[in-house]
Amino acid sequence: MTRTLRLALLASTVLAGASLGSAAAAQDVTLTIESWRNDDLQIWQDTIIPAFEAANPGIGVVFAPTAPAEYNAILNSKLDAGSAGDLITCRPFDASLELFTSDKLADLTDLAAMENFSDVAKSAWQTDDGAATFCVPLASVIHGFMYNRTAFDELGLEPPATMDEFYTLLDAIQEDGTYIPMAMGSADQWEAATMGYQNIGPTFWKGEEGRRALIAGEQSLTDEGWVEPFRHLARWGAYLGEGFEAQTYPDSQNLFTLGRAAIYPAGSWEIGVFTPQIDGAFEMGAFPPPVLAEGDTCYISDHTDIALGLNAASPNADAARTFLEWVGSAEFATLYANALPGFFSLNSAPVEMEDPLAQEFVGWRETCEPTIRSTYQILSRGTPNLENETWNASANVLAGTETPEDAAARLQEGLASWYEPQQ
Amino acid sequence: MAGRRAVRWHIGVFLAPAVLVYTAIMIVPLLGTLNLSLFARGEEGRVFVGLANFATLFGDPRWSGAFWNALGNNAWFFLIHMLVQNPVGVALAALLSSPRLRMAAFYRTAIFIPTILSFVIVGFVWKLILSPIWGIAPGMLDGIGLRSLFAPWLGREEYALTTLALISVWQFVGIPMMLIYAALLSIPDEVIEAAEIDGITGWSQFRKIKLPLILPAIGIISILTFVGNFNAFDLLYVSQGALAGPDFSTDILGTFLYRTFFGFQLQLGDPHMGAAIATAMFGIILLGVCVYLFGIQRRLRRYQF
Repeated sequence: MTRTLRLALLASTVLAGASLGSAAAAQDVTLTIESWRNDDLQIWQDTIIPAFEAANPGIGVVFAPTAPAEYNAILNSKLDAGSAGDLITCRPFDASLELFTSDKLADLTDLAAMENFSDVAKSAWQTDDGAATFCVPLASVIHGFMYNRTAFDELGLEPPATMDEFYTLLDAIQEDGTYIPMAMGSADQWEAATMGYQNIGPTFWKGEEGRRALIAGEQSLTDEGWVEPFRHLARWGAYLGEGFEAQTYPDSQNLFTLGRAAIYPAGSWEIGVFTPQIDGAFEMGAFPPPVLAEGDTCYISDHTDIALGLNAASPNADAARTFLEWVGSAEFATLYANALPGFFSLNSAPVEMEDPLAQEFVGWRETCEPTIRSTYQILSRGTPNLENETWNASANVLAGTETPEDAAARLQEGLASWYEPQQ
Repeated sequence: MAGRRAVRWHIGVFLAPAVLVYTAIMIVPLLGTLNLSLFARGEEGRVFVGLANFATLFGDPRWSGAFWNALGNNAWFFLIHMLVQNPVGVALAALLSSPRLRMAAFYRTAIFIPTILSFVIVGFVWKLILSPIWGIAPGMLDGIGLRSLFAPWLGREEYALTTLALISVWQFVGIPMMLIYAALLSIPDEVIEAAEIDGITGWSQFRKIKLPLILPAIGIISILTFVGNFNAFDLLYVSQGALAGPDFSTDILGTFLYRTFFGFQLQLGDPHMGAAIATAMFGIILLGVCVYLFGIQRRLRRYQF
């Protein structure tokens, strides 16, 4: 018995040693990527990383994501403790800017691949004056509405162009009773804010025009353009499923993919998640946020959302830069946009996308004015934080526990308490 | 002849490991937190600001609003535990200690099992049970004709905190039950026999004889509940997230501390304000424990047999 055991131990030690040795010979450097995209783990492991490793022997890459809501907290602690990975997935604007100004992220302005991105694409990861860029832009996400085309055909309905048509449509679905008109809950507050307020809002505050005016202090959150989207959210409550106050974001996703809800206020990143889940049970379509009157300019939230930076304390900076150069290439852009339909490449090189729904979303860039989420740049620098406050306000308004006017007044008061141009 | 007593080195030697370990992993970090709360992030690294963080915490209407809201919710959370968990624990222990109860060991284990489950599992399972879309709660209520009583309990401001407190009670009722059960078993048979000879049986026996004897155990459970509840975080975070929805109605000191210290989504973490909140929490818990120790524990009479 003991002899067998000893032999087994010996054998396993020798084997382990051998495999470690061979691994070390094949890969001199291993880069670790910190990310909040835990949904993408498989795509990175099966598609993206093998493509890079095949072209760059000697560099191994490990994708190590954490839960989205905890990402910033975990990342900051890891960076402070010196245990963070070599490559850092960057949130847009202030969260990353803060990391750069405190010397946690390296300056990547001199990266050759930066030439492949427009100024707008880079703006979310630059210093306020645009002098230094510290992350390589990966992708943006577009907001709109997805719908169950099969259900629409069955009920003889058409996607709406104006807000009035939108409510007529919701009433028609409600009347019929087969489907819940719209899948949205207020439990995970960000859903109401991001897929509700930020989705339809740009139509009312006129996209970039309103967003810039708010930053400059020329408009305030109590102006009509900023209160009106809340009034619409308050109307939505009547069209949501029973008990939507306790409905979480995954619940909403499931209601739609199981074919129980007809319309889903969406972010384009959900295309990649939904397609395999629906698995041909019904056909999906998409329409942009409805306009006020026929012929008005439409606005979409085309949000620069994700980028990749370099940990300033990384011991493998050279290998990491090689990786980042590749991430900035057209080859990566095509690979990424097709592996993750709904994450639209920010690379200047045109990207061929195969997914029809993703093409639909990206097509709105031609007809509508794009803008980014109103709370992301500058306005969430202080306490109380406008983005988090907007989550709370949107969920309250949707659930009917706060009036649109009260919510807007509260947001304005909070913003004015620390943001000088609004005082 | 009275010689000088030898220096008793062994006491120091035997105490040293525990003192060193305890100091290193408990006292030093605690002092570190207190220290951290006296600084703030300035232009050039951190600057000493004295008690300014506490002035902000209690003086600024936004910060103090959030703080008192969290403290009030904490107090409610604790009250539900005291009103439900401990009486139910005592009742269960009294039933279990009845010699006529069959399968006592089975009940004891069944009631104790949730205590060893992870918060994550408990939070997730109850969220599923209570879900208006997939949960079994609406269906079960429907089965007994009470469907109209169902509400999205975790999503309404007026119910969410109470619901979570009851979930926590469900999970932890096994602990008071076990402690009181042990206390009941340790009451000597002579005392019970003497009571029976005097004609004191049943409910009056429990009230007049057993309850006074288990009061110290109940006191210890109360203080454990107090400390546990004011440090609570996991269950609320798992089920409602760091923004403690709906509209901060389930925000307790733990989630408030987490949100401030580590930051959440676009809000960047502020370790100094976070440490100030942690210090306030420490003060509240210390005060509660002291009130208990000096006000109640010292007056409790212990019976020796």
